[in-house]
Amino acid sequence: MSVRRYGPVQPKTFAFTAENLAWCDKLIARYPEGRQASAVIPMLWKAQEQDGWISEACVRWISEHLGMPYIRVYEIVTFYTMFHMAPVGRTHVQVCGTTPCMLRGAGDLIAVCKSRMGNVAKQVTEDGQFSWEEVECLGACVNAPLVQIFSDTYEDLDTNSFNALLDAFARGESPKPGPQIARTFSAPEGGPLTLTEVES
Amino acid sequence: MTKVIVDGTEVDVPGDFSLLQACEAAGAEIPRFCFHERLSIAGNCRMCLIEVKGAPKPVASCAQQVRDQRPGPNGEPPVLITNSAVIKKAREGVMEFLLLNHPLDCPICDQGGECDLQDQAMGYGRDDARTKEFRRAVTDKYMGPLVKTVMTRCIQCTRCVRFVAEVAGVEEIGASGRGEDMEITTYLEKSLTSELSANIIDLCPVGALTSKPYAFNARPWELRKTESIDAMDAIGSNIRIDARGPEVLRVLPRVNDDVNEEWISDKTRFVVDGLGRQRLDKPYIRRDGKLQPATWDEALAVVADKLKSTAPAKIAAITGDLVSVEPVKALKDLLASFGVASLDCRQDGAKLGGPRTSYLFNSTIAGIEDADAILLVGTNPRWEAPLVNSRIRKAWLRHPVAVARIGAPTDLTYPVSELGEDFGVLGKLAAGEGDFAEALKNAKHPMVIVGQSALARADGAAILAAAAKLAAATGMIGPEGAEGWCGFNVLHDAAGRVGALDAGFLPAEGGRDVAGILDGAAKGDVEVVWLLGADEIDTAKLGNAFVIYQGSHGDAGAHRANVILPGAAYTEEPGLFVNTEGRVQKAERAVFPPGEARENWKIIRAVSGAAGKPLPYDDLTALRAALTAAVPHFGTLDTPAGSPGADTALWSGVGAAGEIAAGPVAYKIKDFYLTNPIARASKTMAECSREFIAVPALQAAE
Repeated sequence: MSVRRYGPVQPKTFAFTAENLAWCDKLIARYPEGRQASAVIPMLWKAQEQDGWISEACVRWISEHLGMPYIRVYEIVTFYTMFHMAPVGRTHVQVCGTTPCMLRGAGDLIAVCKSRMGNVAKQVTEDGQFSWEEVECLGACVNAPLVQIFSDTYEDLDTNSFNALLDAFARGESPKPGPQIARTFSAPEGGPLTLTEVES
Repeated sequence: MTKVIVDGTEVDVPGDFSLLQACEAAGAEIPRFCFHERLSIAGNCRMCLIEVKGAPKPVASCAQQVRDQRPGPNGEPPVLITNSAVIKKAREGVMEFLLLNHPLDCPICDQGGECDLQDQAMGYGRDDARTKEFRRAVTDKYMGPLVKTVMTRCIQCTRCVRFVAEVAGVEEIGASGRGEDMEITTYLEKSLTSELSANIIDLCPVGALTSKPYAFNARPWELRKTESIDAMDAIGSNIRIDARGPEVLRVLPRVNDDVNEEWISDKTRFVVDGLGRQRLDKPYIRRDGKLQPATWDEALAVVADKLKSTAPAKIAAITGDLVSVEPVKALKDLLASFGVASLDCRQDGAKLGGPRTSYLFNSTIAGIEDADAILLVGTNPRWEAPLVNSRIRKAWLRHPVAVARIGAPTDLTYPVSELGEDFGVLGKLAAGEGDFAEALKNAKHPMVIVGQSALARADGAAILAAAAKLAAATGMIGPEGAEGWCGFNVLHDAAGRVGALDAGFLPAEGGRDVAGILDGAAKGDVEVVWLLGADEIDTAKLGNAFVIYQGSHGDAGAHRANVILPGAAYTEEPGLFVNTEGRVQKAERAVFPPGEARENWKIIRAVSGAAGKPLPYDDLTALRAALTAAVPHFGTLDTPAGSPGADTALWSGVGAAGEIAAGPVAYKIKDFYLTNPIARASKTMAECSREFIAVPALQAAE
């Protein structure tokens, strides 16, 4: 972790799409009068889903929309590392670097990221396609090592399958999320090892 | 009341006391950084750890209440331990963590010598540091022209964050990031826009937030400390003036729960650099159209001569906003001995006078906390009396308070229902029309606060009468005495005003008021005008009158003067100030007046001698005795006037019946930072004015 600040290049304005705005209004209506501020984190998520990151204009827009002081939304955005304060690549790869993943080869994945997307985390490749960062536990240690791209996780990776995955993204495909080896979710590799006599 | 045992001593404390307060009640000292009596509880510094018998680990004593503690197995009171080895170790541990990232720059830190962290590290910390790691560094944040930041020193107690959000009411400071990267900042380093912002300097337990104008000026042990009273507004904030040699270096608040709690406004705190600039330090006499230095004897002779040679009806005097009671009394007595009737202390032309109740803040400032419906009449309390405004906000935070205002809308940091700018609404409210009339009627402690901007209008007396009528109609005036309630209030903005009104510095039979004096001077009917620190009048209207200016600063009055009698400023002479509640408070001398300037009442006494009509007092004690003999309440210090009771005769004498003209009111104070000659001489106030008034106005115009 490090000190988080807004990126140097900022748009002047922010606007939700009509569809997202309707979604926000529905969300805000869930909370009682005077508690609209409760909607701040989902709205920030939505903004990030829409633009890929949270701009300064976005913070101001959401603050004004929810009747909060700017500094309160700023506190939230800087507190949670999940909010990007500068643009990221269209495919932003979040590599889990916590102990189980590290033991299972997350270091190799990071090396792949560095070779393909640059040494520095959160740096966007020239074509705007990729960026990467190391994140804390993604909560799927049984399928370690894994990466998260958008809201999907790609699990049980090694150098080859990770490269293949990134190639697929580069071609504009949408690879199947989940384990990248012969395995169903977190079931044993190659088929069941227990309860083998039970007929399926 | 709940019993607890602290270190073996049983104490009986209210159930809503925190454990920390209970320990203090038992005489145990608990170190703390984040806890502050007047702010919400954060519980994040962990310095106040104590042992609670039965709890598995030390608890933060600021964040638990006495009534939530479990009794012992046989029903014994809960046992708190503050002096065990466990607690000693816990405090050392906390202190070690706090010091991990705190720079060891005490020798170059402005907080040195009055630093909580320094003191508590000595008292509760280890004697050495075990860490060899690098310390974290944090970039400094801009917070405006008053607060200097060295954020590497910050220990994230969040007192400043809570103060601006709760007391000042502008949510502008926050904590960005988290963990080791947590930083205290304003949003994108904008300036703090509160009139109380500099109180975070006092609140900061370390040297992260220090005073910008006072930076690297002095060490606390070099300063001579004088407890006194502030003269920047009519609240009469209790202050401590810190001086070194002949120079006032800073002003800090003193605790007085009835007046300023422990806050002061930025103007009170930072106006002091104006005390050293633009000073009148020797007498001047205008010769050949130019002001030329003179000796006291010459100046006194000229003044005495003028008084003796001019008909009393052609002499007038106006006193200013920063003048204490003694010179006002002396000037009144002197001019009375000449038979002068045109005296006035109301520079702004406020239609005040009459019974004392009619110009006081009768509910008292502390009484605002009980109020549940407040009507503001032509006042912007945020600028006229920032601490009255913060009291209203405090009341609003504690319980529902309906606040409404007749006058131009401004942001007061709490919700206000604006009733428009037509004072005719007062009559409608008294007749029970409108939603707010209902609120006033149902309120247990309703209040009306009339501001000077409304009273300074031509129909000010009618507005005052209408407000008094409203007060009577809505049951604002309760029984007499300390238990009573009087919701009729006049909010003053000048420190010297109430004292001068009490002393009776008003037009005598056949005398002129301020407007009359200026009118007369323009027409030539008034030939001599004595301005006692009066700079807020239109001096262009003085015409060809001979102007005697007595005061401390070369401002509007001195520029127009024919004779200048250099006087002391409020920090340079002992004096009585009566605040807007009618509370008489004693200001003391912190430094001597510069050069040949003298105490104001002594100058007047000297004039009386030169004129051959010596006043009957030769020292301050005798003057105060004369003052008390004339107006007894000057002898009772620090007591507000309180409720006078529902005396019909008294209330019918408030104001004067008349038509209330339609039309908006312009607030008297156009610039909070430049309201008096001292503030106008201050560089710091000029900087504030530019940053908070001029620049935003420009931006708004664009």
